[in-house]
Formats: sequence, structure tokens, C-alpha cells
Amino acid sequence: MNKSLAAVREVIRISEPVIAEATVRRRTQHRREQVIESGLFLAAMMSVAATVAILTVLLWESLGFFQAVSLTDFLTDTLWTPLFDDAHYGILPLLAGTMVTSLVGLLVAIPVGTVSAIYLSEFASSRLRELIKPVLELLGAVPTVVYGYFALLVVTPALQKLWPDLPGFNMLGPGIVIGIMILPLVISLSEDAMRAVPMVLREGSYATGATRLQTAWRVVVPAATSGLVAAHVLGVSRAVGETMVVAIAAGQNPNLTWNPMEPAATITAYIVQVALGDLPHGSIGYQSIFAAGFVLAAMTFTFNMLGHVMRKRFREVY
Amino acid sequence: MELMELPHIESPEDRVLPKPLKAEARSLSFSYGSRPALRNLSIPIAEYKITALIGPSGCGKSTFLRCFNRMHDLYPGTCYEGEILLYPDGRNILAREVDPIEVRMRLAMVFQKPNPFPKSVYENVAYGLKVRGVMDRRILDEKIEQALRSAALWEEVKDRLSAQATSLSGGQQQRLCMARALAIDPELLLLDEPTSALDPIATANIEELLLDLKRRVTILIVTHNMQQAARVSDWTAFMYLGELVEFGLTKQLFTNPSRKQTEDYITGRFG
Repeated sequence: MNKSLAAVREVIRISEPVIAEATVRRRTQHRREQVIESGLFLAAMMSVAATVAILTVLLWESLGFFQAVSLTDFLTDTLWTPLFDDAHYGILPLLAGTMVTSLVGLLVAIPVGTVSAIYLSEFASSRLRELIKPVLELLGAVPTVVYGYFALLVVTPALQKLWPDLPGFNMLGPGIVIGIMILPLVISLSEDAMRAVPMVLREGSYATGATRLQTAWRVVVPAATSGLVAAHVLGVSRAVGETMVVAIAAGQNPNLTWNPMEPAATITAYIVQVALGDLPHGSIGYQSIFAAGFVLAAMTFTFNMLGHVMRKRFREVY
Repeated sequence: MELMELPHIESPEDRVLPKPLKAEARSLSFSYGSRPALRNLSIPIAEYKITALIGPSGCGKSTFLRCFNRMHDLYPGTCYEGEILLYPDGRNILAREVDPIEVRMRLAMVFQKPNPFPKSVYENVAYGLKVRGVMDRRILDEKIEQALRSAALWEEVKDRLSAQATSLSGGQQQRLCMARALAIDPELLLLDEPTSALDPIATANIEELLLDLKRRVTILIVTHNMQQAARVSDWTAFMYLGELVEFGLTKQLFTNPSRKQTEDYITGRFG
């Protein structure tokens, strides 16, 4: 008994310096990991900081704008002429332009996108799906400037063959092109939503004698509804924020109209137009871009939030 | 493994065979791609009786069941060989020229996990009828009440037919799936471990239901629960590694199995 106790003591005595050394090593290691960890944390915080900074600048400069222009004028005036001598600051014409082009885009993207996604998820063979998906991603990789010229030089002339009165700058052409542009996003998110529907639901439907179309339409689509809505909402957000296409092909003349055959400016197009000019820093015209930008950011932010909330919801259904 | 080395004893010729038949598998083999899952199965399904398929997990009993409604057609690379004849017409439902949807119109299936559609209780039961083009509200109402009564669910849901099916309890959901299957008056009801996700009370409910249903419909049930097979079925097939080991009257198979392997399995020595 005593002997073994002595042996244990001996082991402890020998291992003490080893343990001490290990402790020192552990400490330096710990310090190094802390440094790395804080580096990672800073990197992650960058995006948060950028978002906060952008929102702060937008808000700050907008506040300057709203000291000169009343909120009522901003929301109800039907003219947007901040650079004219007779300046008006009604956001409505820009808002209308944004809404009309987005709406035209959605009228293209939602039906085409949903139907394509249903086809890809429920009907296409896996080989065909592997072929189509990269092509869709390619569509998403085309620079928006190219889409803008496509709208101006291909789509609008083609539409003018149908309606000879259509002006060279109009909202219809760019709206359609926006629709094509957001198709990849709408399709891939919609397809994800439908593929997330568990196979047992499809089997249940087939087992009752349903056809593919009946299964897709009566079981898969209803089961994926919130995911599909999320896909469309995120599509809306992209359409609202789209800039190049409308700046190039819709004309840049703020024009309060709901007619897509007319030229008009959108919020984004106005920002591009004015930001390129040499406006004196701190002037009201300069601040007007921030107010317009703020409205835009608020819109896309709302749609994005809505989309993400719904996307999360559809994952929790099953 | 030692079991496999036993000499193959021919089943005794005096064993009884069911009559009349609702369906019959004849030298049925099935493979997932290059992986064989069923080998040369011949199993008769007696009309208005309950036939149970038992065997350890992975023995192919669910695979066998899913051949009857051509469920495997949904996945690429699967291959049937042999025949499944569906009576009274005696057509081979595995034949290439037979439309799987036509086959599924005559059968119904209840799955291992309750899988109600994300619709109302009413719409779930109406699904099969609507798929068949029944749109008359009066016929639908009547059929749905009938099906829900047959599934012993009517009393519990009659006041909330428009509630979401997913708001029901697990046992209720499974009985709803049963009602969905019964609403189309199937000739053969396929049950794939229908009580494995349920608690004992819900299980007892379903078993009682099955005994009541067999007066009107032929039932083929896969179960890993031997007591369940013994309680509800008239005929039992014991499968192992994709092959049929023994088929016989349930009473006989459980009290006096003719094969050593069956005896080992039902007495719990393996599986």
C-alpha cells in the first residue's frame, strides 16, 4: 500500500515540470486563438458596420433634405423637378415609374418563373435539369448594362413592330427585360421550395391515382406556397432595386403615369442621373438623392425581410 | 449466418392455400438499379382477408408491397420481373403496357408515417375522388362522411372538417390517411407499417379498424410487429433477405412453423 503510494508520488514529481510546460504552451496557444478569433469577429462585423454606415448616411442626409422640404410635399406633390428653378420634390412620379417597371417585370417573371420551376422540379428528368440549371445561372451572370442595351436596342424595337406609336424610351421594354433578369432568382428559389416538399406527400398523391400534373398542382405547389411566395417577394425586391436597365431604356424624365407605354424615370434611374452630374455638395439637389435612396432602401429592405421570414416559415411546415 | 446453411426443406405439400384470390405475385423479382431487392417471390393474396408481411428490416417487405401500386415507377432505374396478377380480371399489373395510374386507381395505400396533404381534413379525404373527376358536392359530402366513419374518425372531426389536416394528432392523421385511402373504394388496401409511428392506443384503434374493414376490402399489411401480425392477419408471409421463407395461415405459421428460420424469427432468436 505504502509502496504504491510512493510510486504515485514519484510519478507526480516527475510529471510536474511537464505539466507546467504544457500549461505555458496552452497559454500562448490561447492568446493566439484569441487574436485570430477577434480577427474573424471583425471580418464578420464589417458587413454589419457597412449596413449601419449606409443607413446612417442615408438617414442623415435625408434629414437635411426634409428640413428644406416638408414630408407632405414629398409624398403628395406630383412633380419631381429638384434641379429646375421652379423646384418640386414630389416622389410620386419616381415611385410610379419604379412600380410600373417592376410590375411589368413581375408579370413576366412570376408566371414564367413559377411554371419553369414546376417543370424543373416535378417533370424534368435529372439530366435535363442538370442541363438547364447552369444555363439559368449564366442568365444571372450577364451584366445588367448588357440587359439595359438589350432592352433599348432589341426589345423596344421589337415591341415597336407591334405598336408603332411606342416611344423609343418606354417602361414596357425595360420592364420585360427586368422580368427576364430576375427569372433565374425566381426559378431557383421556387424550385428549392418545391424540392423541399417531402417525397412522402408526392407518394401519397400518386398512390391515390393522381397524375404528375395533379400531384404537382394540387399537392406540391400548395405545400410549397410560402416558399414560392418568398421567391416572388425576393424577386420583387430585385426588380424594385434594378437600376441599369431602367436608366438606359426607360428614359430619364420623371413623369407621373401608370401607362407602361410612356417613358418615365424610376427612383434608381434618377439617382444615377443626378449622381453623375456635378451637383454642389450639400445642396438640396444633392440631398434629394439621399431621400430618394432612403425610400428605395426602405422598400427593398421591407421586401427582403418579408421574403426571408416566409422562406424560414416554409422550412418549418413539415 | 448459420441459418443460411440449413438444408432447404421443401414445404410440406399438405399446406393450405388461400381461395378465392384478390391478387397473386408470381415469381416476382425486383431490383433497384443493379441491387436486387426481391428474388423470385410467389405470394397469394386472399380476397377479403388480411395478409401480413413480416420479416426483419431490410428483408424487402415494403419493397414488395410497393410493387403492387407500381410506386417504384416514380424512381429511375428500378426493374420488375415476373408478374403480379390482380383478380377478378387476372391482369398482370407489372406489364409494360399497363398504365401505372390505372393500377393505382384500383388500389389505395397508407404509409408508415402519416402524410396528410397540407389541406383541410375535408379536402384530404376528397382528394382521390376529385382526382377521379368527382366534383358533385353532394356525392363528395356523402362519400367523405362514409370514409371518415369507416376510419373511425368522423365523431372526432365532424365539426372541424375545414381545419388543417396537420392540426390533428398523429393517430388522427393516420386514420385520416386511412379515410383518404378508403374514400376511393379500393379493391386492395396496402398498408406499409401503418402503426409504427403511433402510440399503443392509436395502434389498437387502427387494428380494430382493420378487422372491421376486411369485410369490404382485401388488406395487405407490412408490419415489423409480430404480435400485430398475429392479432390481425389471416395469412402471413415471412420474408428474409428478399426471399419468401414461409407462407401460411397465420395461426399455423405462428404456432407450428414449418421452417426453422421462421421459428427462430417469431420466437425472437434473430431479427
